[in-house]
Amino acid sequence: MIRLEKVTKIYPGTNVPAVNDVDMEVQEGEICVLIGSSGCGKTTLMRMINRLIPITSGSIYIDGKNILDIDPIELRRHIGYAIQQIGLFPHMTVYDNIATVPRLLKWDKRRIDERVDELLTMVQLDPTQFRHRYPRELSGGQAQRIGVARAMATDPPVMLMDEPFGAIDPINREVLQDEFLKIQSQVKKTIVFVTHDIHEAIKMGDKIALLDVGRLVQFGTPEELLTNPKNQFVKDFVGADRALKRLDLLKVKDAMLENPVHCHDTDDVGSVVRAMQEKKLNFLLVNDPQDRLKGYVTLRDIYDQSGKAGDFTKPMTLTVRPQQNLKDALSKMLTFDLGIVVAVDDDGKLMGVLNTTTLARVVGETYDEHGGRWGKIMAGGKIL
Amino acid sequence: MTTWQFFLDNWHYTLELAGQHAWVVSVAVLIAIFTGVPIGIWITFNRKAAEIVLYIAGIIMTIPSIALFGIMIPLLSVFGYGIGTVPAIVALVLYSQLPIIRNTYAAIKNVDPNIIDAGIGMGMTRMQVLGRVQLPMALSVIFAGVRVAVVMSIGIGAIAAYIGAGGLGHFIFMGINRSYDAMINCGSVAVALMAVAADYLFGFIENRLVSKGLRS
Repeated sequence: MIRLEKVTKIYPGTNVPAVNDVDMEVQEGEICVLIGSSGCGKTTLMRMINRLIPITSGSIYIDGKNILDIDPIELRRHIGYAIQQIGLFPHMTVYDNIATVPRLLKWDKRRIDERVDELLTMVQLDPTQFRHRYPRELSGGQAQRIGVARAMATDPPVMLMDEPFGAIDPINREVLQDEFLKIQSQVKKTIVFVTHDIHEAIKMGDKIALLDVGRLVQFGTPEELLTNPKNQFVKDFVGADRALKRLDLLKVKDAMLENPVHCHDTDDVGSVVRAMQEKKLNFLLVNDPQDRLKGYVTLRDIYDQSGKAGDFTKPMTLTVRPQQNLKDALSKMLTFDLGIVVAVDDDGKLMGVLNTTTLARVVGETYDEHGGRWGKIMAGGKIL
Repeated sequence: MTTWQFFLDNWHYTLELAGQHAWVVSVAVLIAIFTGVPIGIWITFNRKAAEIVLYIAGIIMTIPSIALFGIMIPLLSVFGYGIGTVPAIVALVLYSQLPIIRNTYAAIKNVDPNIIDAGIGMGMTRMQVLGRVQLPMALSVIFAGVRVAVVMSIGIGAIAAYIGAGGLGHFIFMGINRSYDAMINCGSVAVALMAVAADYLFGFIENRLVSKGLRS
C-alpha cells in the first residue's frame, strides 16, 4: 500500500541525513507506528509521505504510484491528516472543521451534512450537541476526537497521524486509543502513526518501525520487537520491562492452561479425596454437570467427610475472561493475592486456569516447553 | 453653558464641519485599509521586505503631523493640490499605514504554525490557508490596528484644518485666533466625541465579523 524505497532526507544546510536510506512497506489496512526518540526522523519520514517535506533521494509509492507523479495538493486531499496539539481551526465550528476537506473537494452541502453527522456519531459525540460548537468549547478529549473525525472526513484509504493522542492525559488517552482501535477494526485504514511512547506503539501498531538518527533500526510486529530485539538499542528502547509490556499484547487465553483438572459437584467426596491425594492436590475446581464452574473444594474441608463434592464447594471469588489481556489478569492476581485465577467464558463455563508459572512461561523469553510444576499438576481434565 | 449655546446657535455649521471631518477621515482610512492590509500580508512572505516596510512606516509615524502637512504643500503643489482635502487625505493615509501594516503582519505571523500545518496537510493551497485560516484568525488584531488608525486620524484630521481641509479643527483654530472659548470647546468636544463614536462603531463591526470561536 505504502512503499518506501531508500528514502533519504537531508535538510539544506546540514550534512547529516534526517532520514537515512529507509526501506519499508506498510500493508493495506495496517497501522504502522513510527517511533524513536525526538530528532530520530520519524515525523520527517511521515511528512514526506504527503509531500509536506520534499524527499532528497529515494521514492515513495502509494498503491504502486510514485507520489512525485501526483500533484501535492491533490495528494494531500486524499490522505487523512491528524496532528498533535489537535490543529483544529479555532475560528471554525466543529462542523466547519470536519467539512474542510469535503469542501476542498467540492462536495455538495447535503452530502457534507450527512457525513459530518455520521463521523460525529462514530467518534461518540452527539451531532446535535456538538455540530455547532467551537474548539474552545470542547474538552481535550473531545477536540482530539474531532481531529480524528476531520482526518477521516472523506474516508481516505491512507491516514497520517502525528502523535494524535499526545496532548491528552493518560486515562483519556487509553480511552481514545481503545475507541480508535475499535473504529479502525471497522474502517481498516492504512495508517502511519508517529509516537514517542513505546506503550502506545505496542498497543496501536500492527507494525512498529523503530528509528534512530534517521535509520530504520528494526521493523516488525510489536511481538517481534519485544521478543526478538535486533540489538542493544532496540532492547534499551523497548525497555528492561519488555517482558511486562508483552502482557499488554497477550490475552488470558494465550497463557491459560486449558482443560484444567476438575471434578463435578455430583462426585462422591471419598473418591475425590483419593484422587486428590494421588495427584498431590490441595484443592480442586468443581464444575456443575453442564461444565460451568461452581467453585472449588480444599482437601482439608472434605477429608474424612462423606457426601457429594457439591456440598463442600466454595464459590470462586474472582474469575477472568479468556479474551481479557494478561496485564489486567495479573493485576487482579496481585491485588487479591491469588496464585491462581480461573478463566470462565460469558456463560460461566470453565475455560482454563492461569497461574504465575504459566504466566511467566508465556511472558518470559526462555521457558520450559512443558510448563512448570503447576502445569503438570493442573492439566489433565476431569479427575474421576 | 456658553459652549452649549454656541452649539445650538451653530449646530448646522458644526454638523457640516463634522461631515467634512468624517469624510476626510473615512476616505483616508478606507484607502489605508486597502493598501495597508495587502502590504501587511505581502510582507509576511518576505522577511527582508517586512523589515524595510515596517522601518519606513515607523519613520513616517514619527514625523510630527504639522510638519508632514508642511511637506505635503510643495510636493502636491506640483499637481495643483497643495492645500485642501487632498494633502490631508494623503497625510492621514500615510499615518495610518504603520498601525494597520504592523498589526496585519504580526497577526498573520502569530497564527499557530501547527494550525497552518494542518491546513496545508489537508490539501489547502497557500492562498486557501491565507483566506480561510490565517486572515480569519488574524482579523481581530487587524481590526485593532484599524481602530488605532481611525482614532488617530480623527485627531490628526483636526490639524488638517490648517491647510484648508476644513473639518472640526476649523472651529478650534478659529476659536484660538479669536480667543473664543465656546468655539474652541465646541470643536474639541465634537472631535473627541467623534473619536469615541468611531472606536465604538469599529468595535461593533469587529464583534460581528470576528468568529465567536476566537473570543476568550
